[in-house]
Amino acid sequence: MELAYPPSRAPVPTTTTPPALPDRTLLERLREICGAAHVLTDAMQLRTYESDGLLQYRATPRAVVLPADATQVRDVVRACSEANVPWVARGAGSGLSGGALPVQEGVVIAVTRMRRVLEVDLANGRIVVEPGVTNTEVSAAVGPTHFYPPDPSSQIVCSIGGNVAENSGGAHCFKYGFTTNYVTGLEVVLADGEIVQLGGKEVDTPGYDLLGAFVGSEGTLGICTAITLRVIPPPEAIKTMVAFFDTTSEAGETVSRIVSEGIVPGAIEMMDTLTIQAAEQSVHAGFPTDVGAALIIELDGSKHECEARFDSVVKICESSGAIDIRIARDDADRAAIWRTRKAAFAAMGRVAPNYYVQDGVIPRTKLPEVLARIAELSDEYGMRVGNVFHAGDGNLHPLVCYDGEEEAARAEELAGRILEACVDAGGSITGEHGIGVDKKRHMPRMFDEPDLAAFQHLRCAFDPRGLANPGKVMPTPRLCGEVPGPYRRHPLERDGVAERF
Amino acid sequence: MTAQTIRTETPKSAQESAELLRSCADEGVAVRIAGGGTKPWGLPGADCAVQLRTGALDAIVAHNRGDLTAVLQAGMPLRELDEALASADQMLALDAPWGADDAATVGGLIATGDSGPLRHRYGAPRDLVLGVTIALSDGSLAHAGGKVIKNVAGYDLAKLYSGSFGTLGLICEVAVRLHPRPPALATATGRTDDAGLLQHAAIAMAGSSLEAQALDVRWEGSSGAVLARFAGIAAAEQAEAARVLLAETGVEAACVEEDEPLWERQRAGQRSVDGGAVVRVSGRPTRLADAFHAAQAAGATLVGRAALGLSWIALPAAAPGELVIAIAGLREALVPCACVVLDAPAAVRAHLDPWDHHESSALALMRRVKQRFDPTATCNPAIFVGGI
Repeated sequence: MELAYPPSRAPVPTTTTPPALPDRTLLERLREICGAAHVLTDAMQLRTYESDGLLQYRATPRAVVLPADATQVRDVVRACSEANVPWVARGAGSGLSGGALPVQEGVVIAVTRMRRVLEVDLANGRIVVEPGVTNTEVSAAVGPTHFYPPDPSSQIVCSIGGNVAENSGGAHCFKYGFTTNYVTGLEVVLADGEIVQLGGKEVDTPGYDLLGAFVGSEGTLGICTAITLRVIPPPEAIKTMVAFFDTTSEAGETVSRIVSEGIVPGAIEMMDTLTIQAAEQSVHAGFPTDVGAALIIELDGSKHECEARFDSVVKICESSGAIDIRIARDDADRAAIWRTRKAAFAAMGRVAPNYYVQDGVIPRTKLPEVLARIAELSDEYGMRVGNVFHAGDGNLHPLVCYDGEEEAARAEELAGRILEACVDAGGSITGEHGIGVDKKRHMPRMFDEPDLAAFQHLRCAFDPRGLANPGKVMPTPRLCGEVPGPYRRHPLERDGVAERF
Repeated sequence: MTAQTIRTETPKSAQESAELLRSCADEGVAVRIAGGGTKPWGLPGADCAVQLRTGALDAIVAHNRGDLTAVLQAGMPLRELDEALASADQMLALDAPWGADDAATVGGLIATGDSGPLRHRYGAPRDLVLGVTIALSDGSLAHAGGKVIKNVAGYDLAKLYSGSFGTLGLICEVAVRLHPRPPALATATGRTDDAGLLQHAAIAMAGSSLEAQALDVRWEGSSGAVLARFAGIAAAEQAEAARVLLAETGVEAACVEEDEPLWERQRAGQRSVDGGAVVRVSGRPTRLADAFHAAQAAGATLVGRAALGLSWIALPAAAPGELVIAIAGLREALVPCACVVLDAPAAVRAHLDPWDHHESSALALMRRVKQRFDPTATCNPAIFVGGI
């Protein structure tokens, strides 16, 4: 699991005051729907739900409900709608942007009990699951003839419902794509309690691609109760290697050369000195700790293609200045390499008391200049920054090390300036962790007012009263007007006599 | 349609496009948006006094070779783009037919969500569009997504606009993911006159670990074929492995190295002859045999993406009344799969719902989306699903 463990800090006020407090009638209604045992209101029980994987934000909901099925979800959402109470959908709670942070005094709808695999249809390459099913369980349910490619590092615990909300990726998404490329159908409960079927097992169903709009909307457009996923046959062969370089620039240049040869690796991941040292202390896979960068390269696909391409990759690494190349001879070797990579986040705890995980994206070719900028910032702030990089798709995870609460704010500021560098390089403020509450304030770096207004059009079409996960994604709270009628400019406006505000 | 003068506008920038849409909205004038004009699909639509063509928005704004991305204006013809990218050994992996005079544009392709055989490996337009710049009828110019291949900031309006047929505004510019052109290609084919066996062979190929670049089926007259194309330095070896697998299913299997004509024919099968019609079936692999039978009964030719369950059934030229009956027959045979009429004479389009879509809560939601993005119903009114 890629979880950060920042120190406890004063709760940050996050969301606006809810429109109305849930009264006893709502709680009674929720108990009728889900059964009293599945409506949590006790302060101790609620503490589990006051944060998601990003622990520095906390809020206490009025109640957490654990519905058993889609009908209960619909009824809960409808009851909230009638009481005008905001609600937040929650999967495993492993998100890293505060996307599942409760609304103070609102309701949390946790899908933890909705863990049924509803249908496996391998002839058509489909599986239908409830949102609480974990990412790993999906692959298990369709294996060994098929698998589900998106593989976020938290895959053992994270839920498919959460993956849909966040459009989760993983180490293999450069080749295989993201959650959004695998969802073909959704059953969604909208904020007014209506159930909508989007897509299905088939592709190109007529109408707007509301599936594409919903996946990655961070729980702000509704809550999904059934998910149809495309699953595919596993690759015939997998070959994994790790190459070590003196500098991250050399490793980055190697990645560019591999990709420009027309090779699309299943995964290509870079670690810098600090993260190698941290991971090695924890995993002991025998990675040298005095190198500038480790590049993990995995090719998969048909046996013939994989072997031929792998030889090319080894040659490219050699001619790009690799100090050492290790090729995994068997599954155990391969697992050791990946264990090192996957340990990188948690292992930072061994080299620094605290750390802050950033998630930014850059065009891959800008890697050297952005890493140089990060090094500059690291010097300026006097804080160490380790870097883990999904090198194929340009997704950078700088790990900002700091010591104690007094440094936390500066660490976060440094992490924010790294995002600026990513955006200035033509990239994005998040590649996979989402905006949630944590990155709302950075949204204006990427999006201007007309862009945000267009986002709001979508939000208002789905949830005009703003009851689904309010206070997330958008940088400032916005209200939806009435469904606009045909807009006509007033004659006085047209003549320039008056302006509309 | 009433006889009315249609004014054609070809804005030279995204800003100009947005201003044009706003002034039309202000005047209560509807706008018909078109790229190359090769895909006049959907409902006949409401009368539009203004036609907006993207012909002057035809530049490659940026081609980031090392990042395998590009930023393109909507009016860029696909053919020109293909030539430009070929010089870098790259491609936009969207090989839908280019239409009459190869006039199809990037914007038109994305707005219609059209696709070709490469969709098997690389996905549909929605999967390859990284970001969009859109002009709305309120005169605003908005961006969504980005220029990098991984990005989850903000709502994914690029997907909402892909396949929206210009009903939510004009796609002015797109950022797209590119792919390397493969060094070699080879195809394995499996032929049979048994529709059930062909479906079986197609599903076997779809379920195999051989990584095909494209996996198509074809049914013509009373026989058909499955075609699996492989790309890469070991393309020929992979095609041979596929041939063995196909032979084991009982179809007559072969390898073809000069395979381009086969695939050209598959692409061509998605478009109609004059006076004919094309129906796109959103099916499933396990309904392929039904689709073969339905096509044969209608005297039509079918091409399809085997693993995706998508088929295009091309009906030969006939009187409009006969085409309407034939399309109704296909829909009945393939229920509940949506059978969307793409190419068809106007008289056919006027007598049936090309979208084959029924009232549903999803349609109500789509109407609300339209109302929010284009409250004045200025952009391509009444051509889309449910009369949107």
